[in-house]
Amino acid sequence: MAILEGNGVTKYFGGLAAVSNVDFHVEQGEVVGLIGPNGAGKTTLFNLISAALRLKSGTIKFRGIDITGFKPYRICRMGVARTFQTVKIFPNMLVLQNVILGSYFGMSPRISSSDAPKKASEILEFVGLSRVSATPARDLTLANQKRLEVARALATHPDLLLLDEIMAGLNPTEVAEAMELVVRIREKGISIIMIEHVMKAIMKLCDRIMVLHHGQKLAEGTPQAIATSEKVIKVYLGERAHAGS
Amino acid sequence: MDIPKVISKKPFVLGLLFVILILMATSPLYATRYTVILLTSIFMYVVLTVSWTVFSGPTGYVSLAPAAFFGAGVYTSALLGFVLPLPAVIIMGGLSSSCLALVVGALTLRLRGIYFVMFTFGLVELLLHFVLWWEVNITGTTGRVVPTVGNTMVYYLMLTILVIVILIAYLIKRSRFGLALQSIGECEEAAAHTGVHVTALKITTFAVSAFFMGAAGAIMATRWTYIDPRIAFNPILSFLPVLMAIFGGMGQLYGPVIGAAIFTYLEEFLITRFPYYYMLIFGIIMVIAILYLPEGLVGLTQKLWNRIWGAKHGDP
Repeated sequence: MAILEGNGVTKYFGGLAAVSNVDFHVEQGEVVGLIGPNGAGKTTLFNLISAALRLKSGTIKFRGIDITGFKPYRICRMGVARTFQTVKIFPNMLVLQNVILGSYFGMSPRISSSDAPKKASEILEFVGLSRVSATPARDLTLANQKRLEVARALATHPDLLLLDEIMAGLNPTEVAEAMELVVRIREKGISIIMIEHVMKAIMKLCDRIMVLHHGQKLAEGTPQAIATSEKVIKVYLGERAHAGS
Repeated sequence: MDIPKVISKKPFVLGLLFVILILMATSPLYATRYTVILLTSIFMYVVLTVSWTVFSGPTGYVSLAPAAFFGAGVYTSALLGFVLPLPAVIIMGGLSSSCLALVVGALTLRLRGIYFVMFTFGLVELLLHFVLWWEVNITGTTGRVVPTVGNTMVYYLMLTILVIVILIAYLIKRSRFGLALQSIGECEEAAAHTGVHVTALKITTFAVSAFFMGAAGAIMATRWTYIDPRIAFNPILSFLPVLMAIFGGMGQLYGPVIGAAIFTYLEEFLITRFPYYYMLIFGIIMVIAILYLPEGLVGLTQKLWNRIWGAKHGDP
């Protein structure tokens, strides 16, 4: 059974359809890539799933439960965690505190005050931030801030993780490290949807890729199928005629 | 590294607090009447400032509603003072402020920044003029009489509320909810997506902080004996807690306490010594504090402490 399922998901900004009648699904344990040109509606779709925005029409189901209209904190407590395209850490809180917040308020039922820091330290160890756990989050590098967002999301104990461009702005070494992290998260059995412009990462990590264009689903399939799809190449590289002339 | 240091400091801090508490609890026995009254005023401002900091400190929602909550307590005292015993009146004063805060919070806590500030201040004016209108047109009076109790009684009641509010503030700050309140101040959106029920938490904390302001109002009313809307909803009581908290520094719990205490004493001192220039001097001190002490007195002390400590140990 699909862990996440969306039907006819639509959102307008003014008169503009940011996301228009998109159907999607994520299977248990699957890594789905979400790609498309800028303004295609990828982040809007994340905002709809995590309830940062309200749908205009359509439904989203998580584990068979209709979560349309739920508040963000409830979505999170049900087991859907996210990161943000522009990092949204708690800058003046310590790295460890950023993550503890996730353990306290995420899915785990009534975690005790002594267990939360322990769990948070384990997660920092997992993402490789133990060394800086007592640093204010604002002092981290961009790569580590993105890592911290992933750690905070993991601390809420999610079944589905929404990763919004965690590799943007990173250098090649950091991208490789981030890719390795995604693989390890996946090994924990957590399903992932990732928005990414780093094609190498998308092609290597994803089981399935969905392409959005002008708010509509343009194509969907395995990395191979997407890489060779005429439609997708046209959107990304422009019309062949134009390219030739 | 940090843990042994904290443990070794703890008995000292607890001992100091105990001594201060004993001194405060016994002071009516040997202090002058004037000192007791001054201390009561200081306690009142500490209660207002600490309870203001409970909500506005970590969340960054600057509330100018303290005067409204305080006034609600004052009027509860005037309405119920002859009916209920004093402790019940104080609790009712706190509860009526809390109820007001729940309603106001539900309506306004979606507003951010300057809009929230303006609305909360508008609330003070709204209540002031509503009560004024009500008293003139419906009850046909302007002021009310509140049953008085002795100065010492008022002192002890205010001290009790003071101890409770500091205890509650400490517990909230240390709990998971303290962390959540801070996360709301730093990035509300991320807090919500990390599972924090931001709306419920904000409204509840706003109501808890209003409880103590209302309780303080209910107690102070008994000292004033006569109240009218302009006394009860005095806008200055909205500004002073904010200034006192900034003056003391909000980084630590004792910041607002020290800020309020020194501020109130300073005001009293200047009024008695320089009745004509006191506002001028006071203003200059405030400007200097805001310009040069962004972290308040606490920040200044910590900076000095770090300099001395760092120099002594020669930290590379």
